[in-house]
Amino acid sequence: MKTTQILIAGFGGQGILFAGKFLAYKGLLEDLQVSWLPSYGPEMRGGTANCNVILSEEPVGSPIVTSPDVLIAMNLPSLQKYVDAVVPGGQIYVDSTLIAEKVERTDVEVYYIPATAMANEAGVPTLANMVMMGHVLRHNPQLTFEGTEVTVQKLVPPKKVELVGLNMKALEAGRDYQG
Amino acid sequence: MAIVFQKPKSLTDAVLHYCPGCPHGIIHRLVAEAIDELGIEGRAIGVAPVGCAVMAYDYFTCDMIEAAHGRAPATATGIKRSRPDNIVFTYQGDGDLASIGMAETVHAAARNENITIVFVNNAIYGMTGGQMAPTSLPGQVTQTSPYGRDVKQCGWPIRVCELLSTLEGPEYIARVAVNNVKNVKAAGKAIKKAFQNQVEGRGFSLVEVASACPTNWGMTPQKALEWVESDMIPYYPLGVYKDRSAGKEAETK
Amino acid sequence: MAERVLMKGNEAIAEAAIQAGCRHYFGYPITPQTEVAAYMAKKMPKIGGVFLQAESEVASINMVYGAAAAGMRVMTSSSSPGISLMGEGLSYIAGSDVPAFVVNVQRGGPGLGGIQPSQSDYFQATRGGGHGDYHMIVLAPASVQEMASLTVKGFNLADKYSMIAMILADGTIGQMMEPISFEDVEVEHYDKPWALTGTECKRKHNIVNSLYLQPDVLEKKNFERYEKYKVVEASEALHESYLMDDADVCVVAFGIAARVAKNAVVAARGEGIKAGMIRPITLWPFPKQALSQAADQVKSFLSVELSMGQMVEDIQLATGCRRPVSLCNRVGGMIPSPDQVLESIRKAAKGEN
Repeated sequence: MKTTQILIAGFGGQGILFAGKFLAYKGLLEDLQVSWLPSYGPEMRGGTANCNVILSEEPVGSPIVTSPDVLIAMNLPSLQKYVDAVVPGGQIYVDSTLIAEKVERTDVEVYYIPATAMANEAGVPTLANMVMMGHVLRHNPQLTFEGTEVTVQKLVPPKKVELVGLNMKALEAGRDYQG
Repeated sequence: MAIVFQKPKSLTDAVLHYCPGCPHGIIHRLVAEAIDELGIEGRAIGVAPVGCAVMAYDYFTCDMIEAAHGRAPATATGIKRSRPDNIVFTYQGDGDLASIGMAETVHAAARNENITIVFVNNAIYGMTGGQMAPTSLPGQVTQTSPYGRDVKQCGWPIRVCELLSTLEGPEYIARVAVNNVKNVKAAGKAIKKAFQNQVEGRGFSLVEVASACPTNWGMTPQKALEWVESDMIPYYPLGVYKDRSAGKEAETK
Repeated sequence: MAERVLMKGNEAIAEAAIQAGCRHYFGYPITPQTEVAAYMAKKMPKIGGVFLQAESEVASINMVYGAAAAGMRVMTSSSSPGISLMGEGLSYIAGSDVPAFVVNVQRGGPGLGGIQPSQSDYFQATRGGGHGDYHMIVLAPASVQEMASLTVKGFNLADKYSMIAMILADGTIGQMMEPISFEDVEVEHYDKPWALTGTECKRKHNIVNSLYLQPDVLEKKNFERYEKYKVVEASEALHESYLMDDADVCVVAFGIAARVAKNAVVAARGEGIKAGMIRPITLWPFPKQALSQAADQVKSFLSVELSMGQMVEDIQLATGCRRPVSLCNRVGGMIPSPDQVLESIRKAAKGEN
């Protein structure tokens, strides 16, 4: 049974939950079993935010990610808090604009993406989260970039259809980034 | 032989359980007459309180529900929002409406909930045997204010009509009394208007009835009615406090 | 097959309620169930339904009482402290034998407690919650799909037995998103001749009431109600068995705890421990028979809960204390990890507590 446990963590306002929702929907459209679990409460308004996403070929048991296969860290406290929880052989994605530190572990694959800077340069400053997701799709064995636009269309409200293009721009930038 | 006086159709044949001299019977009758005159018996739904009128469900011929203490306006809201074409009324005492149920009362009024409330204020808890009510007068002796209501220690009585008429929401707020024939007639008119307003979809209408409790006041029925005039009405002036259809905001007679 | 969409557990309850014919919602905001109210506020006006934000939980449950008495499919939702406030209304509704649907997305307690997931309202829910002799049907979803399906079932059961049906969920199941489809919604219809509709001057008046001042009459009412409860207990208990065929250790868990425990059961099997799980889907009626049969087979039980072990005594009662029951728990908003549950399973398999 193939299961990927994903933990996305950062500040409230960075679109952590939206990024998780994107991955969950991506998995759903690829006929996987998925679960999405947010942190909730006051921390959503400016403190730390995190989101647990599980993609599996089997029904998902516990939706709580304790030993992530994939960690996406959008700020330093999140990286420090969860870096040791990642399973050996797992993946860590780091927004290197906001996190200067390097991961010392050698038993994991680490990808440094200057997502916040890239989003600013691309004129989509609020979409660093999606730049990160683009890079995750490129490297994660359980997901592909194919069908990304359909996924984004599911997530964007009909009234804000212009956001589809902007999200795609961010996702493609992340996919194409050569670290 | 011409019938000149009979029991309203909207009252059942059940014998009222109220104490001798208690005006609840008069007020029940006024409610039933209003229902009869408006021809709404078949679509009326009444909400009985917890208090002396707790068994009002046995006395009215319309569909009835027994609410929890103070919650009648909330229960009535649930019914009215479910069946807007029915005529929903509550019948509540002072402890029920102005103490434990104050939040439900104020918020139903603020929402201008299209219901009718008949609020019987006799300045005491009757059913539990004569304790101090939120409307007991300063100095009034009750079982739980045996030395007279001390406003420094337990606060001042609440004037419900005055309080509610400060709200934007309600349609009609009036205080009447049933201590003499003239007042009973005026009370009947006010109660009918409170029902009529609902029929016309105007909104929250509350009639406070200054009533008496000879048993727990420790007075003869006659003396109790006199006390309504001499002590209650000066503190609780009669009048229409709010009547949106007449362009009237707060005003007392 | 209906399209699978991602939905939060709380939203799934709201949508399922609408599909089950609920057009009346009364509630008061509280974390972590507010999505139910938000969903209803958005949807109800568009489908001719009623959404009303009450001034308190006390008021909202009494609005539910009124609408239920008027014959409507009506609901409210809240979380632990709000459900405590509703205790009065729940008791009146039960005592008046009208159907209502209530959701408790539990958070940690007692008191103001916290806002993180909990299952510590188990006693409150399964023993009634308010004053007097009564029960509610208590349903414990363990997935977003079940949040929906048990909501529909709850409305149906409430009408069938003129009882309160309660969803006892927790913050995790309420907040999480999973794929869900709404293909199997079957709305059952039951006559409500007792409802307050107005007599139209054609029948004797209906009275919805829980007051019986003559003790013998009140006693009779209670006995009659418990006859009804017997029927519910005999015919409506639900559970899921997982790997129980040859199990030596039976994990008992519901809701989010069952999700975590399932991982641990799989891991235990990987170590050669014959672990299985019984997941109560109805907490009242409790699946006594399934537990009793399991007691003939297994060496021990392990209750996994987000409470101080409130379900343990139901397991002991159902099994007549024939096998030891140990407890693996976290409280206050904490959730046990699969590893913690696995360790407890190992101990239970060795006969330790």
